[in-house]
Amino acid sequence: MTLPPKVRLVGRRLLQAAPALAGIIIITFVLTRALPGDPAVYFAGPAADEASIAEIRKQLGLDRSLPVQFVSYLRDLATGNLGTSISTGQPVLTEIVTRLPASLELTLTALLLAIAVAVPLGVLAATRPDSWVDHLCRFVVTAGVSLPTFFTGLALVYLFYYLLGWAPPPMGRLDILFLPPDRVTGFYTIDSLLAGDISAFGSALAHLALPAVTLALFTLAPIARMTRAAMLQVLGSDFIRTARAAGLSRRTVLFGYALRNAMLPVITTLGMVFSFALGANVLVEKVFAWPGIGSYAIEALVVSDYAAVQGFVLAMALLFVALNLLIDVIYTLVDPRLQLEE
Amino acid sequence: MTATADHSAPKAASQRNSFWRHFRYVLASNPVTALAFALFLLIVLAAVLGPALVPYDPLATNGARALQPPSWQHWFGTDHLGRDVFSRVVVATRLDLTISVAAVALSFVAGSVIGSLAGYYGGWTDRIVGRGLDTIMAFPLFVLAMGIVAAAGNTIENVIYATAIINLPFYARMARAEVNVRRNAGFVQAAKLSGNSDLRVLAMHIFPNSLPPMMVQISLNMGWAILNAAGLSFIGLGVRPPTPEWGIMVAEGANFIVSGEWWLALFPGAALMLAVFTFNLLGDGLRDLVDPQRRT
Repeated sequence: MTLPPKVRLVGRRLLQAAPALAGIIIITFVLTRALPGDPAVYFAGPAADEASIAEIRKQLGLDRSLPVQFVSYLRDLATGNLGTSISTGQPVLTEIVTRLPASLELTLTALLLAIAVAVPLGVLAATRPDSWVDHLCRFVVTAGVSLPTFFTGLALVYLFYYLLGWAPPPMGRLDILFLPPDRVTGFYTIDSLLAGDISAFGSALAHLALPAVTLALFTLAPIARMTRAAMLQVLGSDFIRTARAAGLSRRTVLFGYALRNAMLPVITTLGMVFSFALGANVLVEKVFAWPGIGSYAIEALVVSDYAAVQGFVLAMALLFVALNLLIDVIYTLVDPRLQLEE
Repeated sequence: MTATADHSAPKAASQRNSFWRHFRYVLASNPVTALAFALFLLIVLAAVLGPALVPYDPLATNGARALQPPSWQHWFGTDHLGRDVFSRVVVATRLDLTISVAAVALSFVAGSVIGSLAGYYGGWTDRIVGRGLDTIMAFPLFVLAMGIVAAAGNTIENVIYATAIINLPFYARMARAEVNVRRNAGFVQAAKLSGNSDLRVLAMHIFPNSLPPMMVQISLNMGWAILNAAGLSFIGLGVRPPTPEWGIMVAEGANFIVSGEWWLALFPGAALMLAVFTFNLLGDGLRDLVDPQRRT
């Protein structure tokens, strides 16, 4: 093998995601087929009689044994067939692919915003213990874990839409005056810029602002807490004392030595943060009527639309695995110690 | 016989005294913890006595008094059906607390058993349990809870089970770690040599020693369980509309925020926040009480 060690490490990380994927596929299968509650009854609708339920059961393959059903489920997944939503009549995969960019735009903006605020806040709090920044950091962390996301969202809507009138009404991604920009990435902010439509960009950004801030407020608490703790620990370690004693500038010590090492535990916690963010994303989408996959799932839940909910859970889980994988790869590339192993 | 009894009684009493002294010391040195205990008592009181104390029937509608802002008559105002928001918020405490206590208790018991067995026996038991927990953690937890409730049926019991399942990995991992470090401790070997069976050693000797850190975990976890349960009912799972519950009240109030009727959503949301906040503070306080080394 002549591959550089970093590439091999990244390859191994990709392989490590395989058991998680297998687990996800098994659980989503179990959720729909093996639990009490008969999917055939749901698919048949409320007006169905015994004969049509039996017909649908046969059509769905529910009369066969579980292992056989599992194999056909795997085959469906491989061909991208997630079933058809009973409420809209559309294939679930199409709906999810259409709506996914909206959710991604919201979640990624919020995560970037949260990291951009939380990391400096944590660093400042750790370098100045017991100052006002430290107290602010502690307050934000405590409030962030106690505030229900949907409640923060409503409070922001009341303040910025009803009282101040700065924000657009909390419905969707664009003003009704604008047509959605041509689809390139599916992110309205980027697509409208690509189309050169500045006013549509402004509207998309204004609609994105409040939901993204809501989600960011929720996710920045764990990041700030971890940054602060990791920085405090690193700053108290011997090599920082040595670097200071050797007369290195404060800036070099702080950013060159301390921050790089403190980032490692922070990157590890991001996995948990993603889990929370994707869950909270559903709630934020409901508050702001954001047309993402979260809203889709909530609409589907209300009418017990099995295939749609299953597709949603699967999509979210895959997204979570992908984000974690991305973090693992970044971690592998950033961590200077991993190169020396083996 | 009497000699031992005489000997042990004062010892137990002095132990209890020293616990209370330490308890008082922790409360006095950190007023925030004292506040958390006070809030906790208030919440428990509201849950137990709430329905008997509130001024109005939480389900009684009154079309003539719909959407009134807070006043002396209706402290938290009235909702779109003229129901008293204050009464509904107080009465809801019992249901919200029941759901999260039941969920946390379930995952504590199941997680302790699974985690202890994995930590004590190691090997294949440990590997299978670890894989299972990893699989649960491979999902965004709230999304998994949504999926479980959707598949199992939209009832309060299923919301409790779903919340319990997504909390399970935290308890199981903690129990596993705590049992694992004590597996070969001196007192465990002594207990084994005196002829105790493995399960007895595990249940009577190792597990009780790992309880203190688990208690802290329970308190920190309660807040999260309340948030999750309220989140599920906010999106319409579990609790059915006329029932007073914080999540669903915020969801109903959300429709009136854009027209300026803030009190419908604010007060149940604030109650929810207060409950979560209390349990988080309580968890920090309990950590001080149990483990003085990890004080923040």
